[in-house]
Amino acid sequence: MKVEQISVFLENKAGRLAEVTRILGEGGINIRALSLADTTDFGILRLIVDKYDTARELLKGKGFTVGKTEVVAVEVPDRPGGLGLVLQALAKAGINVEYMYAFVQHSGKNAVIIFRFDNLDQAIELLQKEGVHIYKGEEVYRL
Amino acid sequence: MIRDIENETRPREELRALQLQRLQAVVSRVYHMVPFYRRRLDEAGVKPEDIRSLDDLHRIPYTTKQDIRDNYPFAMFAAPMDQIVRIHASSGTTGKPTPVAYTQRDIDMWAEMMARTLAAGGAHAGDIVHVSYGYGLFTGGLGAHYGAERLGAAVIPVSGGQTRRQVMLIQDFGPTVLCCTPSFALYLAEVGREMGVDFKKSKLRVGIFGAEPWSDAMRTEIEARLHLDALDIYGLSEILGPGVAIECVEAKRGLHIFEDHFLPEIINPTTLEPLPPGETGELVITTITKEAFPLLRYRTRDITSLDYAPCKCGRTMARIGRLQGRSDDMLIIRGVNVFPSQIESVLVETEGVAPHYQLIVDREGQLDTLEVAVEVDEAVFSDEVKAMQALAKGIERKIKDYFTVSVKVKLVEPRTIPRSEGKAVRVIDRRKM
Repeated sequence: MKVEQISVFLENKAGRLAEVTRILGEGGINIRALSLADTTDFGILRLIVDKYDTARELLKGKGFTVGKTEVVAVEVPDRPGGLGLVLQALAKAGINVEYMYAFVQHSGKNAVIIFRFDNLDQAIELLQKEGVHIYKGEEVYRL
Repeated sequence: MIRDIENETRPREELRALQLQRLQAVVSRVYHMVPFYRRRLDEAGVKPEDIRSLDDLHRIPYTTKQDIRDNYPFAMFAAPMDQIVRIHASSGTTGKPTPVAYTQRDIDMWAEMMARTLAAGGAHAGDIVHVSYGYGLFTGGLGAHYGAERLGAAVIPVSGGQTRRQVMLIQDFGPTVLCCTPSFALYLAEVGREMGVDFKKSKLRVGIFGAEPWSDAMRTEIEARLHLDALDIYGLSEILGPGVAIECVEAKRGLHIFEDHFLPEIINPTTLEPLPPGETGELVITTITKEAFPLLRYRTRDITSLDYAPCKCGRTMARIGRLQGRSDDMLIIRGVNVFPSQIESVLVETEGVAPHYQLIVDREGQLDTLEVAVEVDEAVFSDEVKAMQALAKGIERKIKDYFTVSVKVKLVEPRTIPRSEGKAVRVIDRRKM
């Protein structure tokens, strides 16, 4: 039920993001989803890739600070109010979303959203109870 | 203006005789009162009665800041606590401050020295002295304060901060003398201009600026902006606080060191050999009248020179040149002494932070800024922005708490701080003096 996300620390200077994508591209790694959080000084790049371990080794080998975070990939109906239903359920249960970002690709007719929670297991349990579809890791890496 | 004609213009022959007599007394005092000095002098094979001429000074070992640290907190005090009336402290090279003590006689002497420095700028009873040096453990505020009172002037003890309010007080209270760091003087001018203040109309006549190195170019700028005579003052808490040496308003060329209380030498900081007059090296000072905290041949780490040529003001006391730097890695940021080792000690105790760091000193407008670049490795890295920002803020707060200096922590990628084969480049100083 959990998806492994790679986080990369980036200084806020030209060419760093390009360097990460170049390294991954040359290593035959396919980026499935990404988000970049930025501040005035630094950025944190979060990636879902098809080969987590290879990607991690490649980036570490080039001197990047790399972290691993477990996130949840949730299927959200691709229609008005679809995301709202999921978020309302979480809000009612008092589960805080640290951050979230959308998958580039659709799965069938629906959207895939990556969620980062403080309390991952509780969130998964609740979402399943509410009948929300959660993807398995292997499914996500192959999407 | 010379406050103490007898002492400040004493013929050098007589001055040397007085210095020898006082040197003998202080060596005897520390030998009997301070175990550290007794050990040091015994090791060097010097007894107090061996000091028969001023040249015998060279037989005495140097004292360093590390020695004071090794005797933390009070083992260097040369007077019993029932005679000590004040304790100040400067920042040490790591977490612990360097305490110094004063007897009532020391406080009186200090006030007298500060009164001399104010008088050297033409100040007198009837003047109003605006003191923006910090009050507290730092010697600047209280040192200037007691000196001004001794002179019979009225003190406005503003201390640091609240710049706009200070500008308002300068306009409304009409101080004639300003005591602060040179960078704060320029900042006052800047803020005043923003507030639409014309300093030509202020009553300020003279500024006594110190606690950080500055240049003649800065003097020209301060004088043009604040419309006053800007004088350089020298002091350090280990020796006294402010009031060790002062420029005279007549010449503004070098700072007269009050040789009837402080015996100056210049040494080569590498070989530790004394250098002849006029040569540039590290300033070493022996305090010859202090009771609670006398120091023998204290290495100030300040790089300067000594000029014994007569001055047009009439003082016979030698002049030290403008400070040209340090023989150690101490930085002076807005008047606060900062050692890279202090920053390092905070980083080391912050879990997961790599020991690789770099200090970048710059000047924004008139104020010094200190940026600490810290490498982020996996142990501290988080995918959440708020966690990373909390890490940076936490380090900033700790440094502020320990060393009273505001820094900006910048998180950088690993291996971006240059490693050199020999000494790491820990400090980049971009300030133009």
